[in-house]
Amino acid sequence: MEKVLMKGNEIIGEAAIRSGCKVFFGYPITPSTEVVEYLSAHMPKHGGTVLQAEDEIGAINMCYGAACTGTRVMTASSSPGVSLKQEGISYSAAVGLPMVIVNVNRCGPGLGGLGPAQSDYFQSTRGGGHGDYRTIVLAPSKAQELYDYTMMAFDLADKYRNPVLLLTDGFLGQTMEPVVLKERPEAPAVDRDWVVDGARGREKRVLASYSLTNEIGEANNLVWEAKYKDIQEKEQHWEEFYTEDAEYLLVSYGITGRICKSTVLNARKKGIKLGLIRPITLWPYPEKAFLPFKDKVKGIVTVELNTGQMIEDVKLSVECKVPVHLYRRQGGMLPTEHEILDYVENTFGIAAREV
Amino acid sequence: MEKIFGRSKGLTDVPFSFCPGCTHGTIMRLIAEVMEELDIIEDTIGISPVGCAGFSQNFFSCDFIGAAHGRAQAVGIGVKRSLPDRIVFTYQGDGDIAAIGTQHAIHAAARGEKITSIMVNNAIFGMTGGQMAPTTLEGMKTTTSPYGKDVSTTGYPIDLPRLIANLEGAVYVAAVSVDSPKNINQAKKAIKKAFQVQMAGLGFAFVSVLSTCPTNWGISPVDSLQWLRENMMPVYQMGELKVTEEVKSL
Repeated sequence: MEKVLMKGNEIIGEAAIRSGCKVFFGYPITPSTEVVEYLSAHMPKHGGTVLQAEDEIGAINMCYGAACTGTRVMTASSSPGVSLKQEGISYSAAVGLPMVIVNVNRCGPGLGGLGPAQSDYFQSTRGGGHGDYRTIVLAPSKAQELYDYTMMAFDLADKYRNPVLLLTDGFLGQTMEPVVLKERPEAPAVDRDWVVDGARGREKRVLASYSLTNEIGEANNLVWEAKYKDIQEKEQHWEEFYTEDAEYLLVSYGITGRICKSTVLNARKKGIKLGLIRPITLWPYPEKAFLPFKDKVKGIVTVELNTGQMIEDVKLSVECKVPVHLYRRQGGMLPTEHEILDYVENTFGIAAREV
Repeated sequence: MEKIFGRSKGLTDVPFSFCPGCTHGTIMRLIAEVMEELDIIEDTIGISPVGCAGFSQNFFSCDFIGAAHGRAQAVGIGVKRSLPDRIVFTYQGDGDIAAIGTQHAIHAAARGEKITSIMVNNAIFGMTGGQMAPTTLEGMKTTTSPYGKDVSTTGYPIDLPRLIANLEGAVYVAAVSVDSPKNINQAKKAIKKAFQVQMAGLGFAFVSVLSTCPTNWGISPVDSLQWLRENMMPVYQMGELKVTEEVKSL
């Protein structure tokens, strides 16, 4: 397997090609633009098509059309662009379309700035557009995970006939790191007898989301609800780091999840029993990860790049049985591992004892 | 007895649900006949919009995708770019394609997307109950222009075919009407040409069809046809607006 040095956004593009993604519709926006640039250069060589759309709304609706044909399709953007895509994501969720949407999160609201942020957590994990739906959300924390989770995203999208969001940020997207270009995992066997590709020798099919009566509307909602419950049961993923004997827990995903590992190592050197839960899926939220800890740890700190969004899911996961605090930076700023540890020590009144 | 006329194979047996005097049904029948004559029903994927034209997904016998309001062409392009050997057409009202979805119409034409778009222009938003559209005529009363459309504050009617015809990638653009048997025959010829253009892979093909909306115009079905002739035809340029040399040689 090749190990190469690549930029984060390019890694996503390469993983998409190797996942069998055949069409990509995009629109340039910093800090995600290298995804569409990389694919424009490389996808045609693999028999794929890249189209730079007139706007983000066009791009996501092109994804909707492509997904209806059962073709593996992806789009990539950054926060303001992903806001524009919400209409198409809602329609795709309603029809049950597999597709991968990459959000290289920049800070906001409004035009905001280009620095890393996790300000789109609510938008990503609560559907994002109108109507009651969910998208599976994967949160990589390093180059290799940008690659692996992109591949995972395509398979999950196919398996559940649902849009999957790869939620990363401007820091990971712009950083060059070594990555092993692994072979694509065996794709799940999926039923394709719903696709619209011309009614050759079969009954016509219609993919649409209009519910003519309230009864049909409720029946549809119940079908989606059952699917979301199934996903919540089967697809909670997370990483644990020094949690076994932990008295205090950090909870953080993406780039801050990675920084928190250094915080944990520094804490352990000082004799502080700190551990980390790093959610890999943000929806479904890995609430199962908290089961062993909610009656055990003395306190939890979520580390986020927003005003405190994931903290709500953490509080729900521990049923508010444990004090949950927030350490956050915003507007494109990243915390250092040291300032996180200072916050933990101060918040819980921990007297460090050198070991 | 020999059956000499019946429902086109391009239509299902679902009865049309349009208001009395609405010409949507006539236009759909023409498209269905064209698909049947060109033997492309099984190769065709239609894209329906939001609005009265959205019902098209129930009436045509080919595969169909329901799009968000204004997005039919973007959806159709997604299909066509994935399956280039299939035939893709969009069936959209004027509110859908000339208001909320205009950017997709302009860029589909500019890129020469190999799809066929049919616009049904009745100068009003029908499904939502008769609001002003970008195609509403000067002085026309609608529920959002109750004193008559004032062009000084709400603008002039958009003649979308003329706009589209200016773009290089649009190779066939026609504006037709279904108000009389003669015009119905001409409309069918234009629609057929628009599908043949796609089958030959020549570029973007666009046909605008003037249509009636007796319910929201508040005019009887028969008078609606006359109203269309007297009021819409002088505003909207009619006929084949653009036929490239390649299309002529088809």
